[in-house]
This record gives sequence, C-alpha cells and structure tokens, in this order.
Amino acid sequence: MNTAKRQKQRKVLLMGKSGAGKSSMRSIVFSNYVAKDVRRLGATIDVEHSNIKFMGNLMLNLWDCGGQDGFVENYLTHQRNHVFGSVAVLIFVFDIESREFQADVISYSAIIRALEECSPGAKVFCLIHKMDLVQTRLRVQLFEERAEYIRSASEGFRDVVEFWATSIWDQSLYKAWTQIIYFLIPNAGTIEALLQQLAEIVDARELILYERTTCLMVTHVTRGVESNNPFTDRFERISSILKTHKQSMAKHTGIPAGSANFAEMQIKTGRFMFFITRLTENTNLAASIPASEQVFNTARINIQLVRPKFAELDIAAKPRPGIQQAFAHSADSEGMRREDDLSRGRGKEAVNLGEF
Amino acid sequence: MEDLPDADTPPTDMPPRYHTGRLPNSKAGDGKPRLLLMGQRRSGKSSISSVVFHKLPPGETLYLETTTHIKKESMHSFMDFQVWDLPGQFNYFDPEFDVENIFDEIGALIWVIDAQDEYLEAIGRLNQTILNLQSRYPSINIEVFVHKVDGLSEDYKSDTFRDIIQRVQDELSDHGYENAPVSFYQTSIYDHSIFEAFSKVIQKLIPQLPTLEALLNSLCAACRIEKAYLFDIMSKIYIATDTSPTDIGSYEICSDYIDVVIDISEIYGWDRPAEEGKKELIETGNNDAESLITMERKGNNYLYLREINKYLALICLMGDDSPQDKKSIIDYNVGVFQAALKQVFPRADREQLQPE
Ligand SMILES: Nc1nc2c(ncn2[C@@H]2O[C@H](COP(=O)(O)OP(=O)(O)OP(=O)(O)O)[C@@H](O)[C@H]2O)c(=O)[nH]1
Ligand SMILES: Nc1nc2c(ncn2[C@@H]2O[C@H](COP(=O)(O)OP(=O)(O)OP(=O)(O)O)[C@@H](O)[C@H]2O)c(=O)[nH]1
Ligand SMILES: [Mg+2]
Ligand SMILES: [Mg+2]
Repeated sequence: MNTAKRQKQRKVLLMGKSGAGKSSMRSIVFSNYVAKDVRRLGATIDVEHSNIKFMGNLMLNLWDCGGQDGFVENYLTHQRNHVFGSVAVLIFVFDIESREFQADVISYSAIIRALEECSPGAKVFCLIHKMDLVQTRLRVQLFEERAEYIRSASEGFRDVVEFWATSIWDQSLYKAWTQIIYFLIPNAGTIEALLQQLAEIVDARELILYERTTCLMVTHVTRGVESNNPFTDRFERISSILKTHKQSMAKHTGIPAGSANFAEMQIKTGRFMFFITRLTENTNLAASIPASEQVFNTARINIQLVRPKFAELDIAAKPRPGIQQAFAHSADSEGMRREDDLSRGRGKEAVNLGEF
Repeated sequence: MEDLPDADTPPTDMPPRYHTGRLPNSKAGDGKPRLLLMGQRRSGKSSISSVVFHKLPPGETLYLETTTHIKKESMHSFMDFQVWDLPGQFNYFDPEFDVENIFDEIGALIWVIDAQDEYLEAIGRLNQTILNLQSRYPSINIEVFVHKVDGLSEDYKSDTFRDIIQRVQDELSDHGYENAPVSFYQTSIYDHSIFEAFSKVIQKLIPQLPTLEALLNSLCAACRIEKAYLFDIMSKIYIATDTSPTDIGSYEICSDYIDVVIDISEIYGWDRPAEEGKKELIETGNNDAESLITMERKGNNYLYLREINKYLALICLMGDDSPQDKKSIIDYNVGVFQAALKQVFPRADREQLQPE
C-alpha cells in the first residue's frame, strides 16, 4: 500500500528502574492485558521493541527498555547514540514505592543528559506510578513533592517536562497515555476541526474520538452546557469502560481481545442518548446527544456519511476541504456556539469553516 | 397469627427440594424473606454481604473487622428482603439465644465454609445446625457456599467440593434427612460466582418464579433470543432466566454489560440546566433506558438491555446478524413482557411513580 510511505515513525522510549511498571503499562494499553495479568510479566531483558500502528498514519516505535542497572549502563555508554538518537518522546516511569528515590533521580538525570545530547527536541513525560499504593489523602501532596524534585533534575527539559500520577488499577493510566498520544498525532488540529463541524451539524452535546485497539481518546469536542458536565474524568473513564467491555466480550466469546470489537453500542435514556460506532479503520466515535429519537437517527446517518472524510484523514496529514457536501440531513444547523475546553493546538491546520 | 405455618408439623414424605413456591416460615403476605449468613469466623460472611450488596471492591474486604453482633441489612428492591450477618463466634442454639427470633421467618440460611482453611470443624457445626433446623423449621433452604475457591487448583477445588458434599450428606442420611433442602455452591468474591450463587438462592424465594420463567421463555421464542435474564440492577443478581441451559459465561457478559450502561448513564445522566427551546425534544426520549450492542463479526452475539422498572432490567443475548431489522419485533414483545411483569410485581411499578 502506498500509505506506508506517508507513515510517520515516532520513536518513543519507555524507561525507569526495573520493576517500576513499564512493561505492565505497555501490555495494558497496547496488548489488551487486564491489570491482574501483569504479575506474570518477567523483567525485560535489554530492549523490547514494538511497532504500534495508531490512527493509520502514525507508527509508534516503542522501546521498552529493561531497567536493570547493567542494561541502563549499556544504554548510556556503548549504545548511547543508538538508544537516544531521534527520540520523539521519553516516558520515564518512577515507582512511588521506591526506597531509593534519590538514586532513581540520579539515574534519571543521567538519562536526561544523554537525551539532551542526542535528541534535544524530544518531549519528556514523567509518570509517577503505582499511586494506588499510597493512601488517597496523601496522594496529591506526595505527587507534587516528587514532581518538583524531579523537575529540578531535568536539566534542559525542566520547563517542558510533564508529570502524571498513574496506576494500572484505575483510569489514571489512560489519562496520562492520552496526553502522550495526543502529542504524537501529527494532524490533531485537522481532526478536531472536522469533529467540531460534525458536532454542530448533528447537534451533539459531545463527540469523542477513540482509537480502536487501545481505546485511548484521540480528541473530543464539547458543546454548550455539556462543558459543565461534573465528570471531568469522563474521557478516560469511557476509555476504561470500553476496554473492560472488550475484555469481557473476548473472554466469553473466545475471540482474541484485539478483535472483540463492537460495530455499535447504543444507549437511550430519558436524559441523553449515546452511541459509539466505528468511524474509520482505526477509530471509534462516541456521541452524546439530546434525548430525541429524531436527533439520534439523523446523527447516525450523518456520521455514516462523513466516514470517508475521516478515512482520508487517517492516512493523510494534509488539510482537506470542508465536509458540508457530505451531509444529507441537518438536525439543527444553528447549533450552539462552542465554549468548550479545547485549547490544545487548535487552529494550526484548520479546515475550511467558511460556509458554516 | 393464625396463618403462621405450624413449624412443628412433621416433614412430608417428599419435601420440595428446590423451588417451593412459598416463603418458608414466613407470616403469609409480608413477603420479606430473611437470609442468614452463618459460618466460622473469618469464613467470609461480611465480605460476601459487602461485595454483593454494597459494591465493596473485593480487595478491600481485607480490612474488614470481625463482626461482634448480628448485622441486619435491609435490601429494598423488587422485593424486600433482609440479610443478617451473624458473627461466627457464637453458638446460636445455645439456650441463651432467642432462637425463635433468629430462625423464624427466614427464607434461607447461607452457610459459608472457607475452602482454603481446615474445614472439618465448620462441617461439624453445619451438620449440627442442619439437624437442629430440620427438626424445627424443616422447610428453610440451606445453602452451603464453599467459599474462597479462588486461588485453589482445579483438582483441589473439585476434590474439596465433593468431600464437603459427601460429609454433609452422610451425616444427614444417618439421621434420616436425605431429602433436606440443602444445596452447594462454589463461590469467591473475586469473580462472578458469588453473584451467581446468590441469584440462585434468591430465585428459590420468589414465589412468582415459574411465571417469570414462562414469560421469558415466550419472549425468547418470539424474538429468537438465545438467552434472557431479568436482573436486579442494583445488586446484579438475576432473579429469573428462561429455562434454556445457563452457563456462567453468559451471566458474566450480561452482568458486565449492566456496568457499562450504568457507568455511561452516570456520566451523561447528570442534571443539566433546562436547555432553552429544547423541551419538546427532551419529551420524545425514552423513559426506560434501553441499550443495544452489535458486534462487528457476523454471527457473533449481540446484546440488548431494557430497563423494566425502577429495579429490574431485561438483558438478552442474541446470535442473529441484523438486530436493526428485528428491532420492531423486539420492541413489541418487550412491551408485552413489561405489561405482564407489571401484574407480577405491581409494587415495583407503583413506586416508580412515587419515589420515596
Ligand atoms: N500496585 C501496583 N503495582 C504495579 C503497577 N504497575 C505495575 N505494577 C507491578 O509492578 C511489577 C513490575 O512491573 P514490570 O512492568 O514488569 O516492571 P518493568 O518496569 O517493566 O521492569 P523491567 O522490565 O525490569 O525494567 C509487576 O509485578 C506489577 O504487578 C501499579 O500501578 N500499581
Ligand atoms: N481469597 C479470598 N478471600 C476472601 C474471600 N471472601 C472473603 N475473603 C477474606 O476472608 C477474610 C475474612 O472475611 P470476613 O468477611 O471478615 O469474615 P467473616 O465470616 O465475616 O468473619 P467474622 O465476622 O469473624 O465471623 C477477609 O480477609 C477477606 O478478604 C474470597 O472469596 N476469596
Ligand atoms: Mg519490563
Ligand atoms: Mg464478619
């Protein structure tokens, strides 16, 4: 396929002390493991490479780097350029329960220096992991103390490094990985603009685009009062609901979890209607709309019609012309003006919104 | 009261073993069966009650303290029942206990045995209890939960289970009670087995069960449904299913599916401020929640959920390819089912209009 040429390879390093939980999170996010399965994982020997196709044109080149001292020593010396060259993202995992936090930070510093030398433009995400092991009331404070300390050891990355508190036992893992993935998607702005148009045409309260295999959110648009939805963690909560459902279906149908996909899920209640349906080869679209059969049916039809537009985006990073001609019906073309919380990177690759 | 069944009547030749169609020892008409949880200390009684009725995450039962006095819980659902958690440390047939008060009116006695522990003493006490009850309250269902079977090897698990059944039955036949209503279940709070066992225990206490089964059977036949369950939404206990063979797998899918629908309904069912000019739309929405999942691969199961009243939901597994075509048939037949159910449980429906 000629799409291969356009693929963007992005190298992602996953590092941190042995036992910090790197392979655990990798297998949950990308390989459909459930949290209780990860105890079976052994320590990673040297580097485990995986290529993960994401949204069609993005290829994650994930380096899960075994964290035992001998291996790390080797990355920093003999393999320095090989490991730290052309890195897009470094994810460094700290174990909150570690007894040698100082030593962990010293090792982190050495890695940061190698990264600065070989890939100065890389982005660094620090995950402070296994937060479930800390009592709830102590979590925020401990997280902030650790983050500040690590930031001060982040050399040239100190102003751009991002910190996330994570645990494989709740949706915080999805929250952090959603941010990482968002950073890597080349055409996020275009996708958002298209989604925004679609939301207005179908009168959706909210549209959320999920990557199909990982169930990670790619992006979302929120309109009107929905931006006051008290469940601010709903995007990653739905990720984790979808993932759990997938595992449940896989377990009982004997289909591998990777292919236990639904074509559509609908929920209709007196307060809202909701559906998730396949949008492109790599994405699912979740829509929350007002409780009206008419809006519901129109929305479903319009989403079917707009599929080809999104499919093109899947493989092309270039902006495309508007999508209005693709719509047959319009549920409520006035729509409400958007006052959502989307601030990230919008407008960079905006598509033609003129006709609306 | 005159209509109190006389507990001293000798058992009939063939006491009903399974569904009795009436509430044993219950003052007729009050319809509030009581479930007693009994067993040795630390066998898991409080854990079971917390996990099933309070949705405590199983891992957190590790922090439960030993129970020091009888804990009574009222479960208010499609029918009211009480669950009494009895501390393992007392002998309830000791004259100092008010036996009448404890065993009068009970629907079932659940005896919990820790299968990971030495169980001979537990069986001794269980046998003693059964013999006591048989002479005085012969129609109380005795439900033996061989508990904590997680973490046991398959072989050990089935050997233990068989051994326990054997020991109880030997003792009973030695005393001429071969037909005592004693049933055995393998349970664990770490999977769905505890919910399945509880479902079966409760079903025996529902006088309308045969009617419910017949209704579900005809629904299945009319819509070519593979398996239909009537769930108590709160506890995820199923109170009836059609009479085709049941396997734990299909119960688990349906139970997980309720979680999906409840979780998403929580996220999007929040109290929105009234939206200007949209009132008429909102009125067209369903009052009873409804949901449908279509799987991607042809020939795979799909799932259908319909809220029946405040407490109950109907969940169906279907194996056909195109649910959309059948939707109107399903809607019609579910409507018929719902109307019939209103006559079976008039109370639940009335309360829907006047929530307390
Ligand atoms: N409590 C808790 N344990 C976790 C979490 N994530 C991972 N673990 C546990 O941490 C242990 C080590 O996990 P791995 O993922 O193998 O560690 P690693 O970082 O890949 O280690 P190396 O491959 O040796 O570098 C596993 O036994 C997991 O069960 C978490 O969020 N909470
Ligand atoms: N592995 C396993 N442990 C369980 C299970 N159910 C309960 N436990 C554990 O058993 C221990 C005792 O549970 P409790 O529920 O307090 O026991 P209890 O029967 O109420 O004890 P008393 O109140 O002293 O009579 C707890 O540590 C639970 O975590 C199970 O299904 N599997
Ligand atoms: Mg590893
Ligand atoms: Mg207890």
